[in-house]
Order: sequence, then C-alpha cells, then structure tokens
Amino acid sequence: MIVSTQKPLDQILPALEGGTRVFIIGCAKCATVCKTGGEEEVFRMQEELIAAGKEVTGTIIIDETCHMLRTGRDLRSRKEQVEEADFLLVLSCGAGIQSVAEASDKKVVAGSDSKFLGNIRRFGQFEQRCSLCGDCRLNDTGGICPVTVCPKGMLNGPCGGMEDGNCEVDDSNRCAWVTIYERLEHQGRLEAMDHATPSRDFSHKRHPHNLSLKKG
Amino acid sequence: MPSTLSRKMGENRFVITAELAPPRGSDLTLFQRMADIVAPHVDAINVTDNQGANMRMTPLTAAALLVQKGIEPVMQLTCRDRNRLALQSDLLGAAAMGIHNILALTGDHITCGDHGQGRAVFDLDSVLLIQMIQGMNEGRDINGKPLDGKTAFFVGAAAAPEVEPFAVTRPKLVKKAAAGARFYQTQAVFDPQRLSMFCATVKPLGVKVVAGILVLRSAKMAEFINRNIPGLKIPPAIVERLAQAADPAAEGLRIAVEVALECRTTCHGVHLMAMGRDEVVPSIVAALN
Repeated sequence: MIVSTQKPLDQILPALEGGTRVFIIGCAKCATVCKTGGEEEVFRMQEELIAAGKEVTGTIIIDETCHMLRTGRDLRSRKEQVEEADFLLVLSCGAGIQSVAEASDKKVVAGSDSKFLGNIRRFGQFEQRCSLCGDCRLNDTGGICPVTVCPKGMLNGPCGGMEDGNCEVDDSNRCAWVTIYERLEHQGRLEAMDHATPSRDFSHKRHPHNLSLKKG
Repeated sequence: MPSTLSRKMGENRFVITAELAPPRGSDLTLFQRMADIVAPHVDAINVTDNQGANMRMTPLTAAALLVQKGIEPVMQLTCRDRNRLALQSDLLGAAAMGIHNILALTGDHITCGDHGQGRAVFDLDSVLLIQMIQGMNEGRDINGKPLDGKTAFFVGAAAAPEVEPFAVTRPKLVKKAAAGARFYQTQAVFDPQRLSMFCATVKPLGVKVVAGILVLRSAKMAEFINRNIPGLKIPPAIVERLAQAADPAAEGLRIAVEVALECRTTCHGVHLMAMGRDEVVPSIVAALN
C-alpha cells in the first residue's frame, strides 16, 4: 500500500487562503489504513477547519481515489457541494490528489504527503521493503532488497559504516547485508555473494511510467 | 604503471601515506603549507573527497596541485556525489593531470554530513567503481566503448579489519580484489592481532594492506569519533588510556606509534590519519625508521 501522512494544519491553512468554503475528500483504501484520509480523519479535518473559520460544503470518502474514472464519477454525484466549494482538500496519496485535480477545475489542496510503498507489520506500523526500482534483484539477495533496505542501495555487500551489524545511518536498523548474509548462510547458498552484481539500470526509473495491458 | 606508490609496493617496500582534506573554501594556502610539511616524510598524500559528507573543494583540484608540486597524491573518490558519468569524467580529468592513485570508496551517507538535505547519488558502489576504473585502465568506458587514451590508475579499496561481523564483509573484499583493487587501505586499527589475522585472510587475494593509524588527541575526541564517524570504533581500553594520561595528546601519539610499529611486521604500509595534527606526521615516521 501507499503510506502517506497528513500535513500539519498550519501547512494546510495557508493553502486555503483566499476562500472560505472547502470540500474534503478522503480515500477508503491506503489513506484509510494509514489514518491519513479515512472517515475518522476526514471528520476531524472538518472539525478543525470549522474551528479555523472555514465552511465545509461537504465530505466524501472515495473508494480508491487513484481510480481516475471512479473519482470523477463520485465527485459528479456530489456536484452541488463540489461546485459550492472554493477548494477541494484531498487527504490521500499524491496519485489520488491528482485524480481529483483531473476530475475538477476547482483549486485542489494536498492535505497529505506520500511517503513510500509500505508493507504492513501490524495495525498502524508500516515498513518500506520495495522501492519500485523496476529491476528486481531479490532472486540474488535471499528475498531481502538491498536497494531499499540499505540507505545507500549497496549491491555488493555492506558499506564501511556497518558497526556491530547495524546501519551507519540509523543504528537501530540491522544492516541489510547482514540480514542477507544470514539468510543466504542459513539456506546454504553464500556463494550468491561471490560475484559482483552488475550496476543498476536506472533507465527503468525514467518517469512518468505508463503501462497498458491492452493487446495490439 | 606510472604510480610510484605502485612501484614501491611492488618492490615490497613499506609505504607510508598521510591524508589531507581540501579546504572548505577557495584558499589553498593552508593545504599547501601542510602538504609541504608532510610530503618529505611520506610516500604519498591522500586527498579526501567531501569526507564525512562535509562539503569541501573537489579532491581533483587539490590532488592536481600536489602533482604540480612534485608530491604523489592518492585521490579518494566516492560514489555519493557523482553518477557514473561524473565519476568517469573526473577520473579522465585526474589521469590527464597526472594523478595515478585512486582510493575507490562508496562514501559515507549524505545524512552523516553538513548537507543532509541533498540528494545522495550512489549510482555505483565501491566494487562497481573499481570495476569501472579497471575497464578504463584497459581503455574502455563503463559501457565497453573505447576511450581516446586509456588510464593507468593504481586502485585501492577500503577495508575494516576490526569490524563485526567481519565474515559479512569478506565476500566484498574478494569482489574488490577481483574487480581490480591492488591495495586495501584499512579503517583505523588498534588491535595488531586482528590486523595480522586480517592480513592472513586477504593474503591469497594478492592485495597489499596499508593499515590505517589514527592519531588521537584526547579521550573526548575518541568518544566524539565513536559517536559521530561511521565505521570508526575506538576500543574502550584506548579511550581509558587517553583519559588517564597526564598529557593525552602525547599519549595519543604514543598509541599511534605503537600500532604503527606493530604494522611494520604484519602489513605493507601505514596510512596516518592525523585528524588535523599533520605536524606530528614527521615524528611518527621518524619513530618508524
């Protein structure tokens, strides 16, 4: 899922200057799970905006704001409230915010920051394991991604900053290469670390990406 | 190979290197003065590359200046601030300026230094950097395309004999050797026994070992290093020795000389890290001779 965090109110309010009426949009998927833009957060935002002297024309939680056609359709179903508003405040990931921007000519205000593609450890606890590099090396690294788990994305073993098996950037984290080594050792295939891994092909990271499953 | 350092190591002569950081500004006066003090006593001077991710003048310029003065530099080059294009251009520039020794490093993470909000590059890592330089020495760029004039770099890599767990770092040391590293410059060593174990481990790789010797000034400095410098761990016994000493700076020098003397029998050279006290380099070298 896409992990996002809500911007603090003192960053949202300046973006709402020059108007008073706000329509708030949340998302029923990732933004609900990470408590950025679910029912609860949208309601709390409504209360906070009213307390700050704003008028909330309405709210909606769209089921997958990243779904562009659905977002357009759902906003049309609340046409009056949307038309009345000066701003559409969106509490979802950046993809969702842009679905809204594409579906309406109104000024769109981002109420959140997208952080990472996250695995869910348990309720309210997210970890980045994949950076969507487009060039997966997990077959060679015991199923642990050094591109993501190592802050330097080291491909050939630990850097010189590893100490007692921990990372130089944050010593509360195990070095990715220590965990890879332990996993490969356990599986009896340490020889996977014997040869230099080729450099990454960053052309896979050229954006914007598009993918169409349509044949022909 | 035009590198004098390479020739001396090839002849199994014990080499001594020191290091200087380029200035944090455009004024090279102090850098030159320190180079003049240190150079007569050492075989080469390493020029650091935005050490600890703190912004300084490019080592390319500072190392080229040493060449002009007849001093042999080891240019340190990290992957943190340059992608593969920039690394190759700087290497070609270095070759053209008569810089023959490169210490190829990944580099401390950008958040360790004074520009924590900058973008860290890490397009390549140290193994891939060494591989690329080897290719350039053979006359081709990283994509295999021919160069107009190949390079002739003598390439070193970093190693950490006292790091734990050491076993995890071993495959990478092997990869560095296979990629073309001809010497390891080690992280600061304090335990000569660990160093000799390390030398025995890497001996089959045919790579020379230059041991890092840190000149400490005080227990406070040692504790600061332990807290802030990635990959550098000063053992509690050494910190205690400095804390108990009547003259900690002299004690720090004594520790450095003790370790360096042990290295004479176990490895192929020492690299003196004077941490700004470059004026002590001559006395350490004198004690070694």
